[in-house]
Amino acid sequence: MTTHTPHADPLTLYGETFHSRLLLGTSRYPSPSVLLQAIERSQPAMLTASLRRQTGSGGEASQSFWNLLRQAKVPVLPNTAGCHSVQEAITTAEMAREVFETDWIKLELIGDDYTLQPDTLHLPEAASRLIQAGFKVLPYTTDDLVLCQRLVDVGCQAVMPWAAPIGTGKGPINPHALRTLRERLDVPMIVDAGLGLPSHACQVMEWGYDAVLLNTAVALAQDPVRMAGAFADAVNAGRAAFCAGAMQAQDSAQPSTPVLGTPFWHQA
Amino acid sequence: MSDTVLPVLINQVPHTLTPGATLADAVALAGVQPPFAAAVNLQFVPRSQYAQHVLNAHDQIELIAPITGG
Repeated sequence: MTTHTPHADPLTLYGETFHSRLLLGTSRYPSPSVLLQAIERSQPAMLTASLRRQTGSGGEASQSFWNLLRQAKVPVLPNTAGCHSVQEAITTAEMAREVFETDWIKLELIGDDYTLQPDTLHLPEAASRLIQAGFKVLPYTTDDLVLCQRLVDVGCQAVMPWAAPIGTGKGPINPHALRTLRERLDVPMIVDAGLGLPSHACQVMEWGYDAVLLNTAVALAQDPVRMAGAFADAVNAGRAAFCAGAMQAQDSAQPSTPVLGTPFWHQA
Repeated sequence: MSDTVLPVLINQVPHTLTPGATLADAVALAGVQPPFAAAVNLQFVPRSQYAQHVLNAHDQIELIAPITGG
């Protein structure tokens, strides 16, 4: 028995395959040791990371994190967190490509600091320019169907709609929008942000989402390592359920035990 | 401002270099440890070009390094 995605059903993004459907954030853990254990327990496809100004004691923290990434041996997905303009996002992505030696980029372009809602008007332009520059762009977006379609139109081979605002843990706040989005778009889709419970992850995987990206729900759990495992199991359960095909819900009761031959039965 | 010094901002902190200084000089002054990446006035500068990238007065230099992220 394994909690990994079966090799016959890998996650495929930009032509690359991953044997896990869980992407894990690296921030807000109680300690680097706990983060490393959570990584080992959940076996994520990718780890998200970021870039910040290096100052004084921050240099040691950066070095420590860099060493942890190398020890984990999991592909890194750098983000452009905190960027508020297209040019900031592009420059940050270029810097991330040099530091992390990867073309992958989680495109975050923030339009509102209070909700951390993406800048929906400028996101396609940023994605387009990054794709033209050779990046494999995974855009963090809202669940707006037309926006996601525009991101696909400019060349994104996957999109990452939110379930709820970053760090809220509310779970899918607009199931109708997420399910409609899944039905309308054929590209791989990763639910990114807002998941708080393994059942949330299982739910969106049952709807046909290809993967989930988590951070806070694991990092702020009382036992992050155990929660990382719970999410990994939930993602696999949801994926298996989607692939198995669920029954149609019925309005009235249907006996599961055969009625024929029921003891003590007599015609009224 | 005298033209015998070159005022710049490194990660938003004022510093002075000598005229003709390059990004490599700014990196050395900042004392950052690799891995890191650099940008000048919001434009990425590849590591291979630090020594050729001559700085101008009031350039804004960003030196950033890996950190945890979601």
